[in-house]
Amino acid sequence: MQKLYDIGTVFWRDWIVLRRRLAKFILSRMVAPILYLVAFGWGLGRSIQVESGTYLDFLVPGILALNSMNISFNSITPVHAERVYHKSLEEYILAPIWPDAFVIGKTLAAILRGLISSAIILILAALFGAHLTLSPLFLLILILNCAIFAEIGFIAAMKINTFEEMSQVNTYILLPMSFLCGTFFKATALPDAVRVVIECLPLTHTSYLLRGLATGTPTALSSLLVLILYTIGGWLLARRMFHNLTK
Amino acid sequence: MIEIEGLVKRFPHRTPDGREEWKTAVDGLSFSIGKGEIFGLLGPNGAGKTTTIRMLTMQTQPTSGRITYDGLGTAAHAQEIKRLIGVVPQHVNFDQDLTVGENLELHARLHHIKRREREARIRELLAYVELTDVINDGVRRLSGGMKRRLLIVRALIHRPRILFLDEPTVALDPQVRRRIWDLIRDMASRGVTVFLTTHYIEEAEALCHRVAMLERGRLVALDTPSGYRKTYHVATLEDAFLTLTGGAHAKTL
Repeated sequence: MQKLYDIGTVFWRDWIVLRRRLAKFILSRMVAPILYLVAFGWGLGRSIQVESGTYLDFLVPGILALNSMNISFNSITPVHAERVYHKSLEEYILAPIWPDAFVIGKTLAAILRGLISSAIILILAALFGAHLTLSPLFLLILILNCAIFAEIGFIAAMKINTFEEMSQVNTYILLPMSFLCGTFFKATALPDAVRVVIECLPLTHTSYLLRGLATGTPTALSSLLVLILYTIGGWLLARRMFHNLTK
Repeated sequence: MIEIEGLVKRFPHRTPDGREEWKTAVDGLSFSIGKGEIFGLLGPNGAGKTTTIRMLTMQTQPTSGRITYDGLGTAAHAQEIKRLIGVVPQHVNFDQDLTVGENLELHARLHHIKRREREARIRELLAYVELTDVINDGVRRLSGGMKRRLLIVRALIHRPRILFLDEPTVALDPQVRRRIWDLIRDMASRGVTVFLTTHYIEEAEALCHRVAMLERGRLVALDTPSGYRKTYHVATLEDAFLTLTGGAHAKTL
């Protein structure tokens, strides 16, 4: 019970900050999806043929995958400033709380932001005329994707010491994944050597799963296993990095 | 109440010629602190004061040595000990996204204080340091002196029995410094043990029952302020400090 209370406290802090900025958060989260939907859905998408449905239906799960990745990662990276610059992380280290509560609470808060952002995209996609099938498994995939990238963000925040290096994670890891991991086109279109690498990355499996579930096309459940393994591995590493702060 | 035996802390360090080596920040500290005592740790910059306080408050683990609070070791009883201690850091480390009240509420929640009690406690302590008016302000808007007082308030919310203050009056004007001295004395008069690091010698002289002097991580002397004056035949603690840390009479206890 005490552990849940501690997780709740860490989450409460992020929730009151989000609640205060909720309108700004929602508005800012609409910009990129609208641009993607206009440019790739209406603009470029009208001249692209896909096997089933429209390119817009093909595109939206990819946008959901990349957007939930970006939002959950960037939601947790302020922990970096809390550790390196403001030193406010010391409050949690000094407190008699369950140490894992900090990692879990921060991850849950990042998942919440990722899901709010995903809900905005689904509403916009419906307004743009996309036809998607949603299900509890679809929601689970989104949650796992948010958790994985929140954990990666947490690990980066624990390890990296400058703002410049933090932004390089975006540039060298998230940005290439945004475009290559089956978001705008199928990874099978890539040369074999590149495809093998791309298929090791979690975002590719999120894209496959979300697209398969949303459009009713066959989906390999092995992708779900990959996401679960990434979530567990990310959690263990994030937890270890946090514990190492007091070494 | 607090027993420290053979405390050592080494950090990896890169030399000017690029070699990796271990640097000793704290080198074999041993002393004890009694209940209700105001204990001062004096030393020049880089002497190991902050590292010592970080080990005592479990923010970093000692390389070797032992710390116990009422017989409880920090390695095995971290959670229990964290309930006993309050920490006022050298730097202002409030959560910049929260208001004054929210920062204090976060601390109270992290120390498992029930809702009704924490609201009353926050109001009581803010009134005590005359900061009630800023409860809904962002912490960025506070003056340096207000932030320092607020750091002390935050550390007191969960009624700690031991208060660690790391350079509590650094960069403050004399009026605010005196105000904080009064707060520290008041805490001690209520039975709180105070562990204070400072490089303001007059601060240690004015406040502390006993003062330990550190130089390059080693304890070079431990006595009462009057004991120092008597032993070294000097008029002030500052003269004793200069004598000891200047190296002429330094000896390891």
